[in-house]
Amino acid sequence: MSEYEAVIGLEVHAQLLTHTKIFCGCSTAFGKEPNTQVCPVCLGLPGALPVLNRAAVELAARASLALSATVQPVSVFARKNYFYADLPKGYQISQFDRPLALAGHLAIPSGDGQKTVRIQRLHMEEDAGKNIHDRGDTSIVDLNRAGVPLIEIVTEPDLASAEEAGAYLRALREILVFVGVNDGNLEEGSFRCDANVSIKKKGDPELGTRVELKNINSFKFVEKAIKSEIARQELLLSDGGKVIRETRGWDDVKESTFTLRNKEAAEDYRYFPDPDLPELTLGVRDIETIRNTLPELPKDKRARFARELSLTPAAAEVLTSHPRLAAFFEETAMLTSDGLRAANFIQSEVLRDAEFHGTVATFPVTPSQVAGLLALSESGQISGKQAKEVYAKLRGTTLDPKAVVAELGMSQLTDPAAVLALCEEAVQANAKQADAYRAGKTSLFGFFVGDVMKRSKGRANPGVVNEMLKRLLGAS
Amino acid sequence: MQHVWQIADAVTHGELTAEAACEASLRAIGARDPGVSAFITVSTEYAREQARAVDKKRARGEPLGRLAGVPVAVKDALVTRGVATTCGSKMLAGYMPPYDATVVQRLLAEDAVIVGKANMDEFAMGSSTEHSAFFPTKNPWDRARTPGGSSGGSAAAVASGMVPAAIGSDTGGSVRQPASFTGTVGVKPTYGRVSRYGLVAFASSLDQVGPIASDVRGAARMLDVISGACAHDMTSLREPPTATEALAHGKVNGLRLGVPAEYFADGLSAEVRTSIDQALAALTEMGAALVPIAMPHTALAVATYYVIAPAEASSNLSRFDGVRFGVRAKGRASLGELISATRAEGFGAEVKRRILLGTFVLSSGYYDAYYGRALAARRLIAKDFEDAFTSVDAIVSPVAPTAAWKLGELADDPLAMYLSDAYTIPASLAGLPALSVPVAPTPSGLPVGLHVVCRAGDEGALLSIAAAVETRYPPRLAEGA
Repeated sequence: MSEYEAVIGLEVHAQLLTHTKIFCGCSTAFGKEPNTQVCPVCLGLPGALPVLNRAAVELAARASLALSATVQPVSVFARKNYFYADLPKGYQISQFDRPLALAGHLAIPSGDGQKTVRIQRLHMEEDAGKNIHDRGDTSIVDLNRAGVPLIEIVTEPDLASAEEAGAYLRALREILVFVGVNDGNLEEGSFRCDANVSIKKKGDPELGTRVELKNINSFKFVEKAIKSEIARQELLLSDGGKVIRETRGWDDVKESTFTLRNKEAAEDYRYFPDPDLPELTLGVRDIETIRNTLPELPKDKRARFARELSLTPAAAEVLTSHPRLAAFFEETAMLTSDGLRAANFIQSEVLRDAEFHGTVATFPVTPSQVAGLLALSESGQISGKQAKEVYAKLRGTTLDPKAVVAELGMSQLTDPAAVLALCEEAVQANAKQADAYRAGKTSLFGFFVGDVMKRSKGRANPGVVNEMLKRLLGAS
Repeated sequence: MQHVWQIADAVTHGELTAEAACEASLRAIGARDPGVSAFITVSTEYAREQARAVDKKRARGEPLGRLAGVPVAVKDALVTRGVATTCGSKMLAGYMPPYDATVVQRLLAEDAVIVGKANMDEFAMGSSTEHSAFFPTKNPWDRARTPGGSSGGSAAAVASGMVPAAIGSDTGGSVRQPASFTGTVGVKPTYGRVSRYGLVAFASSLDQVGPIASDVRGAARMLDVISGACAHDMTSLREPPTATEALAHGKVNGLRLGVPAEYFADGLSAEVRTSIDQALAALTEMGAALVPIAMPHTALAVATYYVIAPAEASSNLSRFDGVRFGVRAKGRASLGELISATRAEGFGAEVKRRILLGTFVLSSGYYDAYYGRALAARRLIAKDFEDAFTSVDAIVSPVAPTAAWKLGELADDPLAMYLSDAYTIPASLAGLPALSVPVAPTPSGLPVGLHVVCRAGDEGALLSIAAAVETRYPPRLAEGA
């Protein structure tokens, strides 16, 4: 057991799902030819001015409300000044001392229970462009990303381990995707994370020196980087050394952090209110309008699924992990009498072939196909095993499950063993009649056929029934 | 050369072709600009095309715009698609903008003909046009003297009769002071009245585009054309364009004109004072009442301005890094070297001075002491005006403490040059509309302007007062233009 405890705060940059950039009308589409989605404004040409995209403001406010943060009636855009080739104006338009929202929180699973992570602030800003260094001696600057709208979400230093950091990131990503603010796509850089990590002796009220971990691109690496950084700091301190305040990167080949730059050489960003943009005001009514469009949040959905449909917490968790999946499940459950059965079938079968890409999801079948299939199986017309066969035929089609069952001939029970079992039931249940039959009252044969057919809901193959009954009742 | 409205009316009525008006302007430029140096670029072919288009439009029987065939000079701080825009800087030598400033679009939409881009102090930083990276402009009234600045090229082009009107930009007095020095009418509208889209930014919270014209009515018509809300500028007022031409009727009877003691104190030259006193006496003769007022925070204005304007400029000029447009220093290995060498070579001394000043006042540790306090002082200065406007309709004063000084006279004394804007800066800080209208010249014949400031949005009153002044001091051009 270590004598140290870690104190971690996270800063997440999430891209807002607008069609156009935050200060101009250029498209935000990913993966286009370099510098094809640019205009005087996002190129920072002389004389160009920013015009705030209201759709970006609405999405940022949505995210704030989903994180229970207080949207500020007045917030201010500020310029963060520094020179870089991918920063067209020589400053980034961001928010500084008056951010869009303050004081939110997000619950994350921790150990066996839950933990609330406080969110200090959420602000809006524009993304920079991208430098591309794969052209030999020259570098090119691609400004398609420049001006893409981002929100930065900053936590209080409430996280105590790499696992908690991972849990927070998953919970945050889930909620942002759920409310339609972000596509959660890590590969395309639409969800990025920096971590502030320090350690201190257990119980010490003083915080240790903080190291900033920057540009870590996947959840897996965030957890690894934090773990490695905590270990590095512990080793330093237990050897009597000191942690230096600096910014470190993550080398995923060496699996260790490395110095990017130390804070002594820290840049002075000379923040000041951007005189090109009026204060951003959001009235109570604007905020309430946005609040009213918020969908049910994942945690509320989970609780409702458990309460109303008797799902286990684990099943509820899986089925609310993506907004499209949750919607698929809810639609299916609505069309069937047994939500639990629908939940199980979707988890064991449908999820195997479902594909998720950002906010988009593709399913192999429709909710009504699943509901139809489950109804056939519930009424005993097909067995569980047969249901899986039918499902395999339904994938990628718009076929009616009933038609598939008919086509496969599953509507008739021909399995000799299964028919024999039904016949045995019928004979045992009607012992008197069986004796009478054996005594010579052969006209009772029809009675037994009828009873078996009833038990099989009419699906038993009459030939097989005749054969089995004759075997059971003895030839007469 | 005729006034704006005379040319527009003549072209509209078919008494003059736009092409003839354009050729007359180009001829005047050809004859006089070699001595005045008002233009960085004369856009001869571009202008002829526009003029021919206007004439064709008339031939087709289509209605013509309010500036039909009027030759106009545009300060080189406004971008013009396909016409080089330098902002008076080597940094942008030969730069071809891909779009038109909103003001340029509006001029063209009303059938004006843009004959060229006017000289200016580099990035509009200066009060004499001597800080142009290319050449100083000379005052048409006395070529040994400055036409003022930073819109000195625009003012000189009008004063020498090359064009009846020009577009300037005013951050701390850059339209009004050159108008005063050249005997033209120069208007700085209410902040936000005219779109800044396409104006190369100097100090965004102060910059305002405004007209300089040979007479009040011409200035009014120009203002009416270029003003109005613009979807590309979030600081533009959500209001319709001004309609000042109709209001420029010249009645001041019953108006209360505030005369702030602070603007008539030490530093005001005796000859300018004489001209202003005469003009104020003329206004009282026309029925206006002069009301002594106090503007106690006036003395803070220059210092406040020289914190706020450089702070904004230091950030606005960061985009000139040699990466995407304009000049790029050669043979540099790293990005840092490329950016610093480009800026070291591309910017002139005055621009560097202001970038350094602005960078300093925004630095952490100094922000509150300088920028923070400057914002507080700015509010006090604006409050002086609010208080004054509870008892007066307009505030009148000299535009500048002196008439045009000799070229080179203040070149080595930046502080003295900064102080020359002491009377125009307060209205800029308060965002109020103000203008310069010619009054009696000095005994040696140098023009002097009367400064009038009105309430925010009240350009109508401003131009009305100017029209009254003009009835006593009719428009004059320099040297028989």
